[in-house]
Amino acid sequence: MYKTKYMNPYLAGILLGLVLLSAMFLSGRGLGASGGIKYAVVALVGAVDKTHAMDSPYYSKYFENGERPLKNWLAFEVFGMVLGGFISGALSHRLKFKVEKSPEISNKKRLLFAFLGGTFFVYGAQLARGCTSGAALSGMAVLSVAGFVTMIAIFGSAYLFAWFFRRLWI
Amino acid sequence: MGPLSIISEFPEWINLLIALFIGIGFGYTLEQAGFSSSRKLAGMFYGYDTTVLKVFFTAAIVALAGSQLLSFFGLLNLKLVFVNPWYVNASIIGGIIMGAGFIMGGYCPGTGISALSIGKIDAMIYMLGGMFGAFLFAETFPFIQTLATDNYEGPMRIDEWFGVSPGLFTLLLILAAVALFWIAEIAEKKFSRTDITSDL
Repeated sequence: MYKTKYMNPYLAGILLGLVLLSAMFLSGRGLGASGGIKYAVVALVGAVDKTHAMDSPYYSKYFENGERPLKNWLAFEVFGMVLGGFISGALSHRLKFKVEKSPEISNKKRLLFAFLGGTFFVYGAQLARGCTSGAALSGMAVLSVAGFVTMIAIFGSAYLFAWFFRRLWI
Repeated sequence: MGPLSIISEFPEWINLLIALFIGIGFGYTLEQAGFSSSRKLAGMFYGYDTTVLKVFFTAAIVALAGSQLLSFFGLLNLKLVFVNPWYVNASIIGGIIMGAGFIMGGYCPGTGISALSIGKIDAMIYMLGGMFGAFLFAETFPFIQTLATDNYEGPMRIDEWFGVSPGLFTLLLILAAVALFWIAEIAEKKFSRTDITSDL
């Protein structure tokens, strides 16, 4: 089975910039990803234990005035992302169930660190009010200081920690 | 004149439909760029693949210069476009936690969604971890509320901070990006790992 090559990175960057510009022009906002994950969790907690959700000052604001956390711009956008990724994977013959990892490490180790990485990243994104998409990329496009600071903090920290986790990758 | 959905007061369902289509474009582009591969993304931090930098900065510049141009020709009212509020402490500490997560998991949330959508099992586990992270944040929020809200500067803009015009700052950023692209191309040769990159 052949795979199509990835797009030229500068061309992909132009396309991504146009998608972001469209979001700004059409809806007056940037792109996001971690926010969509948050809405999924808020909806899940609301479905499992409504009393707990309504008692918490954090969750309850997403249920005010009968609002539903998944009927939200970011939640719809993230759902679209999965569709868009799937379409791209199908067109480029890249749809395949697999664990991607360095041959030097076990599947178990890769998946453990994948879980931890997700936990850290989204926790930090909630604190900083956005991830690489919502804070860094979209923030830089509107010249917000928060966007630049978050971008430098994310990449600076990843470089700093890269040495400690090098066995996972190289 | 944009933002269309605000100025034309679109009903909510149209705005949600826009969100869905923006998401499809976003997910499609990330996957085409190769952001569905954690080993490609991790290459950014070991120098063997700098796609992340090239895509990220090109996109930021296109959206920034594009929105400045639209505003200049009176087609987009930038005052109505969301500017991220700056919580100084939270943005720095949150960013550091995110960077650690990036190098452990190999994805950021957006690229994780991209990888999940083509069947990467590590990305599915990453997303479960991400959901756990959001849950943990919500549950620990009372304890870190001070950290999350301290030292608030509002939606501050970097051009105003430096006291230059948005146009000049955009130009400086483009020059900085070109310099970074040049360094990135050199790094990819210096730290080349064809054993990894030929596999992706």
